[in-house]
Amino acid sequence: MSAHEDDITRRDFVGVTVAAASLYGGAVAEAAPVSGPADTANCSLTINGHRHDLQLEPRVTLLDLMREQLHLTGTKKGCDHGQCGACTVLSDGNRVLSCLTLAITQDGRHITTIEGLASGGQLHPMQEAFIEHDGFQCGFCTSGQICSAVAMLKEVRSGMPSAVSLNTKQTMTDEDIRERMSGNLCRCGAYPNIVAAIRSVEQRG
Amino acid sequence: MRRFGYSRPDDVGEAIAQERRFPEAKFLGGGTNLVDLMKMGVEKPAHLVDITRLPLTQIEERGNVIRIGALTRNSEVAAHPLVLAKCPVLSEAILAGASPQIRNMATTGGNLLQRTRCFYFYDPSYAECNKRVPGSGCAAIQGYNRIHAILGGSDHCIATYPGDMAIALSALGASIVVQGPRGERTISLDRFYRLPGATPHIENDLKPDELITSIEVPTPTVTGSHYLKVRDRNSYAFALVSVAALVDLAPDKHIRQARFALGGVAPKPWRVPEAEEALVNRPATEAVFREAAEIAVRGAKPHRYNGFKVELAKRAVVRALTTASQRG
Repeated sequence: MSAHEDDITRRDFVGVTVAAASLYGGAVAEAAPVSGPADTANCSLTINGHRHDLQLEPRVTLLDLMREQLHLTGTKKGCDHGQCGACTVLSDGNRVLSCLTLAITQDGRHITTIEGLASGGQLHPMQEAFIEHDGFQCGFCTSGQICSAVAMLKEVRSGMPSAVSLNTKQTMTDEDIRERMSGNLCRCGAYPNIVAAIRSVEQRG
Repeated sequence: MRRFGYSRPDDVGEAIAQERRFPEAKFLGGGTNLVDLMKMGVEKPAHLVDITRLPLTQIEERGNVIRIGALTRNSEVAAHPLVLAKCPVLSEAILAGASPQIRNMATTGGNLLQRTRCFYFYDPSYAECNKRVPGSGCAAIQGYNRIHAILGGSDHCIATYPGDMAIALSALGASIVVQGPRGERTISLDRFYRLPGATPHIENDLKPDELITSIEVPTPTVTGSHYLKVRDRNSYAFALVSVAALVDLAPDKHIRQARFALGGVAPKPWRVPEAEEALVNRPATEAVFREAAEIAVRGAKPHRYNGFKVELAKRAVVRALTTASQRG
């Protein structure tokens, strides 16, 4: 993203600002926000139970907001293009990619990151299982893997099919777990242990 | 990323009005493709109209048609009981695409409008791309064109349509409902997408100020269906070739009717009516499926690195029709 960050000429900027003055003038309603290119906009979102009332540039991704502004660096930036899954977080309980999510669109949503899974000093069962089964080597993909796996078990319980379960009519076979976790790449290749960790949590219920 | 304005209307009319009011505006759905293209510098909107809170998230049956709201997330469509019961090939196609995270984000309307993954289109460091910069040339025709089209391309562009869902929708005979300042209109999916010809930057029939509001899927009368996707890895990869097939067999195993569409081989979901007609009243055998497959890829024009797709497409058609015939 940085290569294109300053991809705006002075002429563009002046033109846009002048146009914005007439287009956006005063018409900011609470329910249906409107902001110009030179503006920041109000955004309230809850991350790991803490509410944040923010003034955001619309181009800030949820990932960059968390890492650069809120110092929540547990969520990792891998590819920054939706190809690796390292930035996976939960939005209202659903797993999404924070690198392709503009933070402003999450106004009113509840975000859960790896920092929000433990409770009362007790690791989440999925975190414990990754440690127990050695589900990582370098650890860079791990927070995304764990967030993804937590949401995945919820999806299975709610009846979400996968490309594998649709045909085999069976969920949580090794093949099904791999398919459901295919959005999270691990370049160390810890996949067998990741599958084992997820299976152990599922079996414990 | 270029700076842009942002608005989040809560009704369809206001969304369309905002798209018209703000120069260089675009609608933002799930953002899984648009935000990425903005990071790459391929798309540079000056304003985003966030449509994700518009009330277009219903999936309902009206007579013999399933109507899917354009802002329904891909994962919701794939898991919906109506879709699973009445047109499972649509679930199969959606679940073959992207990853669970992306399917949770991506909207039905946005999925239809996703752009090609041609390397030369996606990376502005390549000067030549008629789709990105009209008149600049095509780097793929003489370049590394392994993933490119063998059917429907032109001297100006050989990019493929990359999606899965639209391939199933094409075979199902689906239509797209759009709303614009001049009212509502319905377009069949097969007529919605355009071939590149001399204007590859125009990919479909949608006007900039028109919004897809729903997809209408006629529930098929078939005995079996299948979406087959062939790719470089088993999951989370785009299709080299894919086939959505629907077969209606009589009790004596003769084909009453069959429909199929190909993905990964053309700039749009590739459907050949003559190939489908060649199956009617014929026995469901490999030889008959092979005849239809030959017709389907008639006129194929492979390039230096994608010649393998011609035979792969034919074999995929045979396998998809075979599997669809064995189901039900």
